[in-house]
Amino acid sequence: MSTMLELAGLRHVYRGGHAAVDSLSFTVDGGELSCIVGPSGCGKSTLLRAVAGLIAPTGGEVLLHGSPVRGVPEELAVVFQDYSRSLFPWLTVQSNVEFPLRGRATRAERRELAWSALKQVGLADAAHKHPQQLSGGMQQRVALARALAYRPALLLLDEPFASVDAQTRFELEDLLLRVHAEQGTTMLLVTHDIDESVYLGDRVLVLSSSPARLLADLPVHLPAERDQITTRESETFVELRTEVARLLRGVAAPVSVSP
Amino acid sequence: MTRPQRFLLRWGVLLALVTWWQLVTAAIDHPYFPPPLEILAAARQMWFSGSASTLFLSQDALDSLLPSIGRLLGGWWLAVLAGVVLGTALGLSRRLLDYTGPVFAFFRSLPLPALVPVFVLLCRLGSQMVVAVILFGAVWAVLLNTVDGVHTVDRVQLDTARAFQIPAVRRLVGIVLPAALPKIFAGLRVSLSQSVTLMVVAELFAANGGLGGELQDARDQFDFAQMWAVVVMVGVLGYTLNTVLLAVERRALAWHQAVEGGQLVDHA
Repeated sequence: MSTMLELAGLRHVYRGGHAAVDSLSFTVDGGELSCIVGPSGCGKSTLLRAVAGLIAPTGGEVLLHGSPVRGVPEELAVVFQDYSRSLFPWLTVQSNVEFPLRGRATRAERRELAWSALKQVGLADAAHKHPQQLSGGMQQRVALARALAYRPALLLLDEPFASVDAQTRFELEDLLLRVHAEQGTTMLLVTHDIDESVYLGDRVLVLSSSPARLLADLPVHLPAERDQITTRESETFVELRTEVARLLRGVAAPVSVSP
Repeated sequence: MTRPQRFLLRWGVLLALVTWWQLVTAAIDHPYFPPPLEILAAARQMWFSGSASTLFLSQDALDSLLPSIGRLLGGWWLAVLAGVVLGTALGLSRRLLDYTGPVFAFFRSLPLPALVPVFVLLCRLGSQMVVAVILFGAVWAVLLNTVDGVHTVDRVQLDTARAFQIPAVRRLVGIVLPAALPKIFAGLRVSLSQSVTLMVVAELFAANGGLGGELQDARDQFDFAQMWAVVVMVGVLGYTLNTVLLAVERRALAWHQAVEGGQLVDHA
């Protein structure tokens, strides 16, 4: 598969001198689901915001299809962690999903795209409700549907399931895998949850604590079809999650040794 | 409590109070305090004694009541327009806000009726003076609330819009203004009641009819029933306009009440 995204020596230092990301280089192939895992506050979100073109990095380059990203690139969608702040409460679920499509598609096309995206995330019945009438998990589904209806070439997910309860989280993870299998969208997902990164990813990129550097780029040799119970107890899964955990413990603040 | 019960209870208290006032004023028979029924009769005579062709409005109502309402709504509407436009521009620009903040804080703190004599000098007497007073007095509440609303739009919402490449104009109309609307409406309510006050005060000076003019005339002619009728009319006017505005707000901000109150809204 061809390279879709390339980070070349990406570096970002905030005003005041705090270095969030340092000399980060990796490539993402089209259709890949890459998970970026790192300790909390390590600069993962900064990395994602740089890829999305929401901030201009102070050094290095982000290349999309070989050309440098300046400003927000076309055909890119973001799902933020905080669904309650990213959805628009004055619009219905349907209008929220259609909102980014205005000016890109006709009314009928918008309706159709929104409808099929909502059906894909299992929310066709909630189309005429307002986001605040839905549970947290359902709201994040709306945010996901909005991103999917946009038909992005690259979907960025910033800790998308960090604010929902465990049960909902499993459901949403499986939903994401299903969507990825159905649509083949290239996805870059940031998380601080090691298990989640291994369960979801085609590969796992492990970042060090701030400033974020690439510690390891691990392929995930798990079958494409994954299951919340059997996958998580498989030997490959356990080995990989242990390896990631070791890598992260090596860089995190000293941890007291457990007996 | 059912709706009719609540309605009866709320209006029952007012009715009881007016009845008691009627009995007291009829008993003491003081010229400064005519009984409510007398005030009502004066009001009907003054404004509602016209023919069916003018919807029973008298010539006096056409000459004073309607122009007053016109100035009030005209001045308020201009204040809303100026306040929302300027407030949005200021709310979007941090630097502009830093420069102008103290100026606005000063103007907002000025007691509004103190400005009326200044406007009499600047605009001469007449409708334009009344409208100018209302505009200048009522604009601040709208402006500052709009600034506040626009300024505090959620950053995640704006990032979302940018990530989806939503053009600036649609970001403004589709996200910034709706997000600021609850605060803008708070400004509208304050400015509307300010406008009623300013309309009366300015008209007391303007001396060219209007409710303020009638208030002045009635006092000069020692017609206390008429004087009280004007006072009641101003109250009714303020109450009615506020009720209408609240109804509009409830419709426009149904989503917001659902957020605040946590209850579900049915848009069926």
